[in-house]
Amino acid sequence: MSDEFEKLRAGLKANPAPDPAAKAEALRRAMENFDRHQETATKPRPNQDRPERAGVLTGVREMFTKLTTRGALAATASVAAIGIGVMIWPSLEGQKVTPQPTVPVVQEPAPAENENRLRQAETKEEFDDTAIADAKTSSDALGRAETVVEAAPMVMAEEPVIVMDEPSIALTAPAADSVATAKRANGNSPQFSGYAQSGIALPEAEIAPLPEPDTETYANDDPNPVKIVAEEPVSTFSIDTDTASYSVIRSSLTNGHLPPKEAVRIEEMVNYFPYDYAAPDAGEAPFRASISLFQTPWNENTQLLRIGIQGELPATDDRPPLNLVLLIDTSGSMDDPKKLPLLKQSFGLMLGQLRPEDRVAIVTYAGSAGLVLVPTEASDRATILAALDRLNAGGSTAGQEGLQQAYQVAESMAEDGRIGRILLATDGDFNVGIHDPEELKDFIAKKRDSGTYLSVLGFGRGNLDDATMQALAQNGNGTAAYIDTLSEAQKVLVDQLSGALFPIADDVKIQIEFNPAAVAEYRLIGYETRALAREDFNNDKVDAGEIGAGHQVTALYEVTPVGSPAILSDPLRYAEPTLAGDFAELGFLKLRYKQPGEEISTLIETPIPVTPGEADADANFAAAIAGMGQLLSNPKYLGEWSWDEAIGLANGARGEDPFGYRAEAVQLMRLAQSLAR
Amino acid sequence: MRMQTPDEALAIAAANGDREAFAALLNRHYDRVFGLSFRLTGSKAEAEDLTQDICLALPAKLGSYRQAARFTTWLYRVTVNAAHDRRRRMVTHRKAADGWGDWEIARRAEIAEAEEAEDWLTATMARLTPELRDTVALTLGEELSQKDAAEVLGVSEGTVAWRMSEVKKRLREMARAEGML
Repeated sequence: MSDEFEKLRAGLKANPAPDPAAKAEALRRAMENFDRHQETATKPRPNQDRPERAGVLTGVREMFTKLTTRGALAATASVAAIGIGVMIWPSLEGQKVTPQPTVPVVQEPAPAENENRLRQAETKEEFDDTAIADAKTSSDALGRAETVVEAAPMVMAEEPVIVMDEPSIALTAPAADSVATAKRANGNSPQFSGYAQSGIALPEAEIAPLPEPDTETYANDDPNPVKIVAEEPVSTFSIDTDTASYSVIRSSLTNGHLPPKEAVRIEEMVNYFPYDYAAPDAGEAPFRASISLFQTPWNENTQLLRIGIQGELPATDDRPPLNLVLLIDTSGSMDDPKKLPLLKQSFGLMLGQLRPEDRVAIVTYAGSAGLVLVPTEASDRATILAALDRLNAGGSTAGQEGLQQAYQVAESMAEDGRIGRILLATDGDFNVGIHDPEELKDFIAKKRDSGTYLSVLGFGRGNLDDATMQALAQNGNGTAAYIDTLSEAQKVLVDQLSGALFPIADDVKIQIEFNPAAVAEYRLIGYETRALAREDFNNDKVDAGEIGAGHQVTALYEVTPVGSPAILSDPLRYAEPTLAGDFAELGFLKLRYKQPGEEISTLIETPIPVTPGEADADANFAAAIAGMGQLLSNPKYLGEWSWDEAIGLANGARGEDPFGYRAEAVQLMRLAQSLAR
Repeated sequence: MRMQTPDEALAIAAANGDREAFAALLNRHYDRVFGLSFRLTGSKAEAEDLTQDICLALPAKLGSYRQAARFTTWLYRVTVNAAHDRRRRMVTHRKAADGWGDWEIARRAEIAEAEEAEDWLTATMARLTPELRDTVALTLGEELSQKDAAEVLGVSEGTVAWRMSEVKKRLREMARAEGML
């Protein structure tokens, strides 16, 4: 036995020598990267969006103020070079296929910080000189070339420089950078003209797809099939208040490609939108189910059964205080404007929604894992914001015990009457310290019983591990949302914060028994990943979805009445026709839920009337979104019904739409229609 | 002259933009990174790719190096993590119904592959879990003390000790299983 151990030792000691060619190649390329990194490293930017135009103007002003006679000469030479860039630019501009959505950001870094940046920019200059050769491929250099090109008309048209007096404090950092550019231009005009030429390469670089193949994974199952009521009258599923799928789809569409089919989870799309459901009466169950039945837009011979659940709206004034642990992925892959910077801004927004007695702690997982903010009262905004601001994406995903530590912190904060929740923010690198998936699942399930909720916020694309996000949130009694823009952060973390953070009912399950006398076939649209076995409905040990304060959940069934020409399957020859039951009932709806923290579930039952009604705007809109989801994944039940009809239906059902979500959905449908052609 | 400079000073200089310092650091440690990469991956081609990835990422990563840790410890950690990331990326993400199974399936596939390999070492390493493999590569391969290995892996010393006894146990089991065949 120790023989084996020694054998292993000996085996491991004998290593092949590295290949000198491979080594030389690696070293050469690493040096290139080093030079490039020095370029980018000189450009600390306070927020995710470069304030281009104003920055340019300040830059030009700085350039003018620093011009010496020798420099002026060089500058005139470079103006000629710039001219080339300008002529080519407009024709290429049209090729940008993926314009970055811009998010207005107001951020005022402390003046001291700015000085620091200025100093940095200047000290870095010497390294920049060596790096100029690499400028052509560096995106940073491209940005600079753009700067130069756009500035050119100003210079040539001899516009007064007065315009440039507008910039705010936040713009100083890019300005400093432009100074560096300008200075280099002064000293060395041939290289500067090289910059202008490199501007030509810019549009190409923007069109080019992401170089890395993505490793995104999605949780989904095949679409629910049509079930025959005589054979399987009972349908059981867990409610789902996630909305991640819709945001992922939006991010794909706005980036100019159709989302992968597996990314489409119809229930999450439908649930993304607020509907006008009746709120529960005080003193009754914490939520209320509204049922409506109306004709299916894509099939005149079937009906849509909509079950809408409205969670009680919290009296926000006397909500229990909250212990919030932010578990933040700061691995290198988070170093992307759509990831860590957006995350910081998002949590900054959320902070405004917290109450003074709430407590916040921050745990990061990355090379330097650990507690970066001890539990702090939410009233101490400055400390929390400073801790957020200090977060740096970098280092490897060591991820040691990130999750354990977050739970540990949450437990240390626990007190009677406080609600504990962990908000895990990540781009999908779920290297959280426990490697065995089963072990992780068990771990979360065990912690779930201790009363701490776990929600997951996804950021960025590329290696979004949607499947794991889903599983984490489902097992951790939380929700999964995907944040692609600051306005989505506003929706999830500000407008609907109370729902995201305060559970009002746990393990909510829905079971419907259809009446074979009234319904021949049915099909649950969406909820593929939430299906439960029939017997699990009454089993309180089986986990299911949670409803947060004010949450809404919508489920849609497409039902085919008995005798409808739309029935897909023929009756069986050898089975007895089982016509029984009351024709006045379409089916029977049962809901089970637990009060937060309780073990025993409560049952709500209500019959579903058989008479279809007129579809209201909410119903039509939900149907349109369900149609959109099917068009994006599997349109086999939709017949001739297509994008035109979906857009028409959604457009006519926009209603009040105070947040503009529905208008945005119509835009996305149009985009999808164009992309699908 | 540079050769006398300690790694840590070089790393700090490189992080601050000193090109020579970075070149010296790379030259000094390329073989080390390659060695560990080979032990972690078991394939020369893989190890070369991995080492190159690490070298390329190093300029950006150096920013996160803190002088509190020895540079080699930090570099080992970077290597181990890069190997993890790579391993994970290579997993064909055919998702299983509950979203967890894919790791396990991939792990089994790796084991099945290794069983075909004639090489005792490859087969043995492949049968260890990733954690055990990392630990073994560091302690037996790189001859780190359990304390240093623990620091690299970010676990407690006790965990490393436990893992090593686990490795011995697994080796025993494997030997027994082979003896029975």
